[in-house]
Amino acid sequence: MKFTWFNLMPWPYLPDDFREKYRSVWVDIPSSLYDPVKGHEVYNTYLDELEYAESLGYDGIGVNEHHANGYGLMPSPNIMAATLARRTSKSALVVLGNSIALYNPPIRVAEEFAMLDVISGGRLLAGFPVGTSMDTNYCYGQIPALTREKYKEAHDLIIKCWEADEPFAWNGRYTQLRYANCWPKPIQKNPPIFIPGGGSLETYDFCLDYDYVYCYLSFSGYKRAKQLMDGYWQRVEERGKDLSPYRAGFAQTIVVAESDAEAERDYRQHIDYFYNRCLHVYPGFADAPGYRTIKTLKANVTTQMTRQALGDVSKMSWDQLVGDGYVIAGSPDTVVSRMQDLITSLRVGNIFCLLHVGDMSKDKCMRSTRLFAEEVMPKLRDMWPEYADDDRFWIHPIDQAPRAAAAAVGA
Amino acid sequence: MESRIIEVEGPRGIVSSIRVYQGGSGPDLLFQHGAGGLLPDDPFLARLSEHFTVHAPLLPGFEDSEGGEHLRTMLDFTLHAFDVWETLGLTRPLLAGHSMGGMLAAEMAAVAPHSVDALALLCPAGLWRDEAPVTDLFAALPFELPGLLLHDPAKHGVLLSAGGDFNDPEFLTEFLVGNARRLGTAGKLLFPIPDRGLGDRLYRIRARTAVIWGASDRMIDPSYADDFAGAIPDAQAIVVGEAGHMVPYEQPERVVEVLLGLRS
Repeated sequence: MKFTWFNLMPWPYLPDDFREKYRSVWVDIPSSLYDPVKGHEVYNTYLDELEYAESLGYDGIGVNEHHANGYGLMPSPNIMAATLARRTSKSALVVLGNSIALYNPPIRVAEEFAMLDVISGGRLLAGFPVGTSMDTNYCYGQIPALTREKYKEAHDLIIKCWEADEPFAWNGRYTQLRYANCWPKPIQKNPPIFIPGGGSLETYDFCLDYDYVYCYLSFSGYKRAKQLMDGYWQRVEERGKDLSPYRAGFAQTIVVAESDAEAERDYRQHIDYFYNRCLHVYPGFADAPGYRTIKTLKANVTTQMTRQALGDVSKMSWDQLVGDGYVIAGSPDTVVSRMQDLITSLRVGNIFCLLHVGDMSKDKCMRSTRLFAEEVMPKLRDMWPEYADDDRFWIHPIDQAPRAAAAAVGA
Repeated sequence: MESRIIEVEGPRGIVSSIRVYQGGSGPDLLFQHGAGGLLPDDPFLARLSEHFTVHAPLLPGFEDSEGGEHLRTMLDFTLHAFDVWETLGLTRPLLAGHSMGGMLAAEMAAVAPHSVDALALLCPAGLWRDEAPVTDLFAALPFELPGLLLHDPAKHGVLLSAGGDFNDPEFLTEFLVGNARRLGTAGKLLFPIPDRGLGDRLYRIRARTAVIWGASDRMIDPSYADDFAGAIPDAQAIVVGEAGHMVPYEQPERVVEVLLGLRS
């Protein structure tokens, strides 16, 4: 099993009446709610937590990309990964990822990812999300019905940039470069690539065409993910591919304490902050018309768009969130058992552990992170013994010896 | 009004199937619909057909029109509209368009000024001033549409939903799927800002032009009527009272009267 420690980097100071007063945590949330001086503390605390996770033996540390988002403060994940590249030496830098349809020209992603891979000694794990409607269409202005075509072209350009040994001309529909020439090139000739997906057949096939890892990044937990992941594995079989669990990843909110009761006592308010405040997204931004295929849409049409649903500010309770698997919470034994359910039922080799939740303090976050690393991870490590040697989907860094180390501060 | 599917040739052997509503008698009138498409038994087209031979093609994504994958830019849509025109065998129709269709009609008249003699723009999209931002149709929720589009939602609201209720989940699901197809196409012209440079080309239009606006349009501010009329050499702005963005449906008689005045 591969465990990546993930911090969405939420703004921890959203007001108590946020849902009543503002229509969305994303896209049009006023930036007057952000205080840059407090932000200084927040960013550095979150980076400390990521570095701490490496010291405990997490296989990866993860960052992602959102825009104008009150629960995701990383418009540029590459800046965060760059700070981590110098301060860590073992964990994969899981950048999940760069929304490649948004970079103009997209060779910028090939270059920055190559820089990260070179600085870190070959530890980059690259994510290429199509992106949400909120980020891609409403914040970054991409035309919904053309986003996928633009994404595919950007992907093809980036891969060719990494593979080509000579400059080449790129006559694309969305990008034209007379001299496409990626300096530097990555250490890993083909860095592992993870693709976040939401259940469309097109994305299953895209991953299988290139042997990319299919990742389901949801906040609704493993029980609700079963049907979607079953669909993926069915497609893997239909395509005649091997069933390595390392072809798949899943994000799960997790909190660990000494006992189940202590978990509820210490973490409940932070879970509440995340699920009942941070996830307040205006439904008009959730799905720009034309962004999703009609087939996908028919299966997932939201009925949150009625006047009545819009006024509903009812909250999800701790019991509901834990009972329905949105959150895995409790003592190490409880968490081990739930995680085993998750790993076997979804058949996943990669877990993105959302171990920082909402407005959780650094102390609580570190305790939960440590308990998971020390008491839970060892019991889950070898859940796929028959695939123990399958390293196709993970990083391949250079040897420790020749790697440059960051000098100690003041040295 | 009758309708049929026509096959329209595009680049590299691509063929789109376009549904066209046709009917009436009199001079030809080519009507370009807005982002919402035509209404069932479209009452405005019915009124027009009392005076004109109406041709109203539907863009791919609207009803069962298909095959718009090759349409990406304003120029693609403009040339496609001329391909439809030629397939229909029209010569010099009165060209009219509503909202997004007005933007398209204006673009056609600017690109081929010698082909368009008479032009009617009904609350056209296509221009943008920061002081009067066009409403973000793409983030609007279905139940908000009647209030945005109509002067009098109580009286004409039923027009938009064909009798359905936007607060009924079942109806809403059906509406959203259709809406995703329609606005998926419309987004290529209107998202995120409905300005594809038309303002730089309006000076080329030679047609006698009427710019008609509903006085209480909450989608595109009526002040844009003067912007269009000021930039098109032979144009007149007419602002119609007791009408919103759906002016052809709320005040059809007034609109038809203006169109009749455009005949040579």
